[in-house]
Amino acid sequence: MASLPPYLSDIQREIEGYGRAYGLDFWEVEFEILDYKRMQEVAAFGGFPVRYPHWRFGMEFEHLSKSHIYGFSKIYEMVINNNPAYAYLLEGNSLVDQKMVIAHVLGHCDFFKNNYFFSKTNRRMIDGMANHATRVRRHIERLGIEKIESFIDSCLCLENLIDPMSPFITRKAPPEREKEREEKTAEIPRIRAKSYMDKFINPPEYLDEQRRKMERERDKPKKNPSEPERDVLLFLLQNAPLDSWERDILEIVRDEAYYFAPQRQTKILNEGWAAYWHSRIMTEKALKVSEIIDYADHNASVLATAPGQFNPYKIGIELLRDVEERWDKGRFGREWNECESLDARRTWDKRVGLGRKKIFEVRKLYNDVTFIDEYFTADFCERNKFFSFSLNDRTGNYEIDSREFAKIKHKMLFSLTNFGDPFIFVEDANYDNRGELLIRHRHEGTDLQMEHARATLAALGRVWRRPVNLITAVEGKQKIFRFDGKEQTEKALGS
Amino acid sequence: MALRIDPDHGRFRDIVRGKIKQDLRKYISQGELIGRKGKDLVSIPLPQINVPRFRFGSKDRGGVGQGKGDVGDSLGKGDPNADGSGKAGDQAGEHALEVELSLEELAQIMGEELQLPRIEPKGKQRIIAQKDRYVGIRRAGPESLRHFKRTFRQALRRQIMTGTYNSENPIIVPVREDRRYRSWRTTPLPQSNAVMLFIMDVSGSMGDEQKEIVRIESFWIDAWLRSQYKGLESRYIIHDAVAKEVDRDTFFRTRESGGTMISSAYKLCAKMIEDEFPPTEWNIYPFHFSDGDNWSVDDTVQCVEILKTQILPKVNLFCYGQVESPYGSGQFIKDLNEHFDEDDSLVVSEIKGKDAIMESIRDFLGKGK
Repeated sequence: MASLPPYLSDIQREIEGYGRAYGLDFWEVEFEILDYKRMQEVAAFGGFPVRYPHWRFGMEFEHLSKSHIYGFSKIYEMVINNNPAYAYLLEGNSLVDQKMVIAHVLGHCDFFKNNYFFSKTNRRMIDGMANHATRVRRHIERLGIEKIESFIDSCLCLENLIDPMSPFITRKAPPEREKEREEKTAEIPRIRAKSYMDKFINPPEYLDEQRRKMERERDKPKKNPSEPERDVLLFLLQNAPLDSWERDILEIVRDEAYYFAPQRQTKILNEGWAAYWHSRIMTEKALKVSEIIDYADHNASVLATAPGQFNPYKIGIELLRDVEERWDKGRFGREWNECESLDARRTWDKRVGLGRKKIFEVRKLYNDVTFIDEYFTADFCERNKFFSFSLNDRTGNYEIDSREFAKIKHKMLFSLTNFGDPFIFVEDANYDNRGELLIRHRHEGTDLQMEHARATLAALGRVWRRPVNLITAVEGKQKIFRFDGKEQTEKALGS
Repeated sequence: MALRIDPDHGRFRDIVRGKIKQDLRKYISQGELIGRKGKDLVSIPLPQINVPRFRFGSKDRGGVGQGKGDVGDSLGKGDPNADGSGKAGDQAGEHALEVELSLEELAQIMGEELQLPRIEPKGKQRIIAQKDRYVGIRRAGPESLRHFKRTFRQALRRQIMTGTYNSENPIIVPVREDRRYRSWRTTPLPQSNAVMLFIMDVSGSMGDEQKEIVRIESFWIDAWLRSQYKGLESRYIIHDAVAKEVDRDTFFRTRESGGTMISSAYKLCAKMIEDEFPPTEWNIYPFHFSDGDNWSVDDTVQCVEILKTQILPKVNLFCYGQVESPYGSGQFIKDLNEHFDEDDSLVVSEIKGKDAIMESIRDFLGKGK
């Protein structure tokens, strides 16, 4: 690892100066220059210099190096959300590329620091990851790689079963408050009445009935969890019979899942934001005349959209620019929304100049779902030639199935919501009063891939160590799938 | 340079090769291993393991894209988001990346995993080929080998040094001393003589699918070995109730039908070895593919006899691949196992389907045999 040579650190300082002048706000960035091999390694580790031993990093590495060798792709930049931020430059890139990467990275750093969804992430994750690696290595030394890696594999099957919003929301009342409420409700509720009316309005029979009802309520077996729990990993940590090393590994997997969650939640916005800023900084400030062609060429390849593809950089930057333009020209609010004259809309310009302020607000408060939901308009959709596609069963081809705005937007939001993954909740840790785990897929119109679901259920069973059950719907029929440690069974629900 | 990721990479390769973690193997996406495209080009998917997760069935999937096209226009097969950019929802990398390679390159990749087992230097012409490679530059040589660029550069250098170079009027005139010529070095290529005898059962019980599998497998063994070993010969035998030698082209195309007498092929094989490939000079590798449905028990007895006395003592390795067939009894592999269980110069492999081809090649040629 080499630290930055003077001419590059001068450029870094220069570009940081431009960034600050535009109002970008970032932590210190530590750039390092890596050769392509190390670059692929670090990229395979998700941007970190060290991760715990696991084959999937090796797989990622093989893909990256093969696609590098055969000229499919090249990693230009990488930056990790940490304070100070760490970013990497590829050795041997041309100067104009390095400039572009530095500018792009500043955009990301500003985003990491200021976007709300990153606010709860560990800003010392570089140490966190190293720490995880040490812990896992220690377990491997003690118990052997096979055992540890297999358990990690099981945990990874469950990795996406987290509740990405839980850092921001208190879903359960803290235990003291819970107790308080219990004490309060120990009194039998009466209907309010003047004292002379009381025995008519709250007759003894009524009070008896209320008391019985409360007792029934109290005697009812307490369900665990009391409400369906979306953070399956947390639930397992708290309730599964884990050995200490297993608990440790599950904790690590969960930690990292939460750390990466905001990046998955803000792919479009984050990349769009960085692309927006590298393009402004480069074209308005940092480029020399002689570099323009190279810059334009590379920039075009970053933002290229092959037919039928979806490039988060592209849609992110376009949508941000659209928002900026609309707020510069005052194309928002009731008057704009109700204006039906196409001509007026086309020439609409109130010169309010709020664009810059608006996009900074967007980068602070939005994630991909809310960003698309609020700013992806019919105008924008049409102008950028969006379409939705689906699989044609007959031909086995993907085909354009619609250019209808509502459908496109719905599909886009669907694929972004919960990262396009199904919602799974823990329902009961003592299902059928046999200590079996019951989880439920909240079916929203799309079936699970059942082969994977069964295998995942098996992984869950390895962690839970008792039979596990999954309720979902398959082709419109409610079914319950069960894995008892050896066998997979399924039956229709209610029979 | 050693990388920190090397152990992880090694483990991944081991999983893909099936050395460890058999349970993960079923999540390896293979795609099609063989697909010759155009001239000498194939597309091989990178092996990828999809850890099972709760996810949606792909059948209901689709997505959003950007660009021209009318409703109903096709975007091509499979996942249109196959490249790294991915679609919303972070689906990147779920699809095997198809890489186009030349046969040569593919053979190299296979070479990481495979080798001709127990090959020995044999034959009187142990060094037959010499290869000339142009590796350097010298001052004298035939005009046809004159290196124009270097000559020019030398002249330029001389003119600059002597001050006769005029940047206003840059005329470069090489003189005799400036001339540079390519020079070569001759490298001897050590060679081992080896012959592969491909034998295929083309009887009626071998369906098109079975033949297809055999052809793919022998094609790859053939292609790979040819790229790895110089001086390699291959011969082809097809048989039903009678065996005959055919050329390569016929071997890969023929459709025959009839009964099966494996002994006929073994007889021919033994005769060819006898007549043409004395084991003192040749490394011999017969590959026999069949559905294992031999005509009669007597014939099988005869086969075992020929193998024992005439073939196995002379060959480096005899490979028998049995393709699963809905018609055949598949008895032959059991017979071979029974008689040659102890003998490690005979390898058998059951090929259950196209997906198992790579596995079977590995059975035959895997390292460490």
